[in-house]
Amino acid sequence: MQKKVFFRGRLLPLVLLAPQLAVTVVFFFWPAGQAILQSTMREDAFGFSREFVGLENFREVLEDPAWVNAALNSFVFSALVAGLALGLALFLAVQADKSLRGATVYRSLLIWPYAVAPAVAAVLWLFLFQPQVGLIGRGLNAIGIAWDYRLNGGQAMTLIVIAAAWKQLAYNFIFFLAGLQSIPASVLEAAAIDGARPTRRFWTVIFPLLSPTTFFLLVVNLTYAFFETFGIIHALTGGGPAKATETLIYKVYVDGVENLNLGQSSAQSVILMIIVIALTAIQFRAVEKKVHY
Amino acid sequence: MRRRHLAAGALALATLVSVPLAVRAQQPVELQFWHGLNQPLGGMLEQLATDFNATQSTYKVVPSFRGSYAETVVAAIAAFRSSTAPHIVQMFEVGTGTMMSAGRAVKPLHEILAETGVAIDPRDFIGPVAGYYAAADGRMMAMPFNSSTAIAYYNKDMFQRAGLDPNAFPATWQGVEDAARKLKAAGIACPMTTSWPSWIMVEQLLAIHDVPLASRSNGFEGLNTELNLANPVLTRHLTNLVNWQKDGLFRYGGRDTAAEALFPTGECAISFMSSGSRARVTREARFNWGVAMLPYYQGAEGAPRNSIIGGAALWTMNRGPNAQRSPQELRGVAEFFRYISSPAVMAKWHQDTGYVPVTRSAYEVTKAAGYYQQNAGADVPIEQMLRGGDPTANSRGIRLGGFIEIRNIIQEEMERAFQGGATPEAALANANTRGNQVLRNFERTNRNN
Repeated sequence: MQKKVFFRGRLLPLVLLAPQLAVTVVFFFWPAGQAILQSTMREDAFGFSREFVGLENFREVLEDPAWVNAALNSFVFSALVAGLALGLALFLAVQADKSLRGATVYRSLLIWPYAVAPAVAAVLWLFLFQPQVGLIGRGLNAIGIAWDYRLNGGQAMTLIVIAAAWKQLAYNFIFFLAGLQSIPASVLEAAAIDGARPTRRFWTVIFPLLSPTTFFLLVVNLTYAFFETFGIIHALTGGGPAKATETLIYKVYVDGVENLNLGQSSAQSVILMIIVIALTAIQFRAVEKKVHY
Repeated sequence: MRRRHLAAGALALATLVSVPLAVRAQQPVELQFWHGLNQPLGGMLEQLATDFNATQSTYKVVPSFRGSYAETVVAAIAAFRSSTAPHIVQMFEVGTGTMMSAGRAVKPLHEILAETGVAIDPRDFIGPVAGYYAAADGRMMAMPFNSSTAIAYYNKDMFQRAGLDPNAFPATWQGVEDAARKLKAAGIACPMTTSWPSWIMVEQLLAIHDVPLASRSNGFEGLNTELNLANPVLTRHLTNLVNWQKDGLFRYGGRDTAAEALFPTGECAISFMSSGSRARVTREARFNWGVAMLPYYQGAEGAPRNSIIGGAALWTMNRGPNAQRSPQELRGVAEFFRYISSPAVMAKWHQDTGYVPVTRSAYEVTKAAGYYQQNAGADVPIEQMLRGGDPTANSRGIRLGGFIEIRNIIQEEMERAFQGGATPEAALANANTRGNQVLRNFERTNRNN
């Protein structure tokens, strides 16, 4: 069945692999190595004096209450974003999968947000929720809800969760829709003939058959929430108020780029790298067992 | 056939080589100038560079906007590490401590003037400005340019509506509180706000009340300083702000310049902002407005003193850790500095923008032209900076390493107090501890410079 290609000699396979390897080395291994090296150093902003400090940066980071706060924020934020984005996308995909008039129009509209850059998405939400100029922000204040995400940490977190989940919704929607469409109609018809109602058909047939898609999306969504939401947080809340929306990745930026504390910032990014590797490994070991391919 | 091609090719090659050479001989020396002013100020600044370029053809100053002040600092430092630093960078006053300790990254102004022979009289700079940018030995490190200070802006129409005298802004915080209550009673939703919460409500407040923000003369005497944020004056003021916020008298509008828009749009009746915001208010406000000095607490000992400067100065940078500037480049930088500090140019900049005149000559030119008579309140910033005679150790300014980070910490802790997440005392104590940690870090990494 499978086609196998045999190469004579070693040069050609190496040449063919080289571009991919080069990209990985230049954009992953080299910077990661630099970060590990940097995390054991302490230096001034301009790079004149460098001092090897061993694991001192790591110790200071882990003892820092601000870092623990950022870690908690990250987990809360990622869980909410992944949960919301997956749940809503699945719901919408199931609705769009029905034979409706103009279903393609709905589908196209639901895919749109994916093309919006994070900073632009943030500005859109800003215009909705800004307490003085935002449509919804003004409305909330008018009906007596004291809405001001610049001062209320819970509201700020709600806002960035909504914005980040909205941004990821389209991506999840595409995959769920594709997953739904690949479920053979005969299986569903058989279940229907056996007397299963739509809800039961969904939970006992469709959902398990979708599990590879769901699992894949879970990994992607968590990675997205951890790493790619920087733009949204930066443009909407800047990590504030009083660090209420500062996630781990945002703290790496604040300490490294704004405060020019390169050693501690690198230590944080190394810790972040370890966390994400561990999370992915756990997901593949624990969750994947329940996935039917 | 082939020979003809060859000849044509050779000719083309010859012109390719010779034309750029000829052009290069006449091309001016480009001087990169990174700034952090958004519109309308950024446009005015870039106009200065254009005007300078038009006065001569040897040098060409190329201004480019690099985002906020803090982003400009970061960009310049990153560029220095990769040997692509700009010739001139506009650095806000909070970065002064960092730049003073930057060793060979910076080419001090006094060295440039000595090496190029271009004459700019350091005694022409007004006292608070010269003192701020001078090294311990009194020699100027950077070129003062757009220095500002914080003042009060108020909406005269709203004052009238609330039955307050539109031509008398209260001098004390007690008076401001009464005014805010009347404004609120008159149905004004936002009686007062502030931009730059740390700069105005902490740093300026302490200078005006002659209270140290940090030991060792606010850091002027060395890196081994400790913060003094948990002092009675600041505790009293933050407690007031938190209570006023609860009573609907004060609105927290966000960090740095985030609250700036609340005044010119007519949303808030009183706002405390940079004197450099005058250009924006003049352009955008559709109501009668006035400016006044920052309030102080009646009965506080030593108050009111001079306010301190903010805004930015122009620092000359070396290209990278191992790359110096050529004498010609330095000459160009010096010529540009001389141009912008010439009385007519500096006076126009001051009048157009609301920044304080950093030279005495520009101040005299402006005064002689009758500008302050025609524009009521335009002399408030400079009068406030010169109030109470020579600055004291507490009102000379602040020179702390890592102060950009410390300022963010102060703003974060203020937010915590405004949210009700901490009492004002606890927030200030927390800011003090966290800020001291930053100072120790900075001291440690800059020991050897």
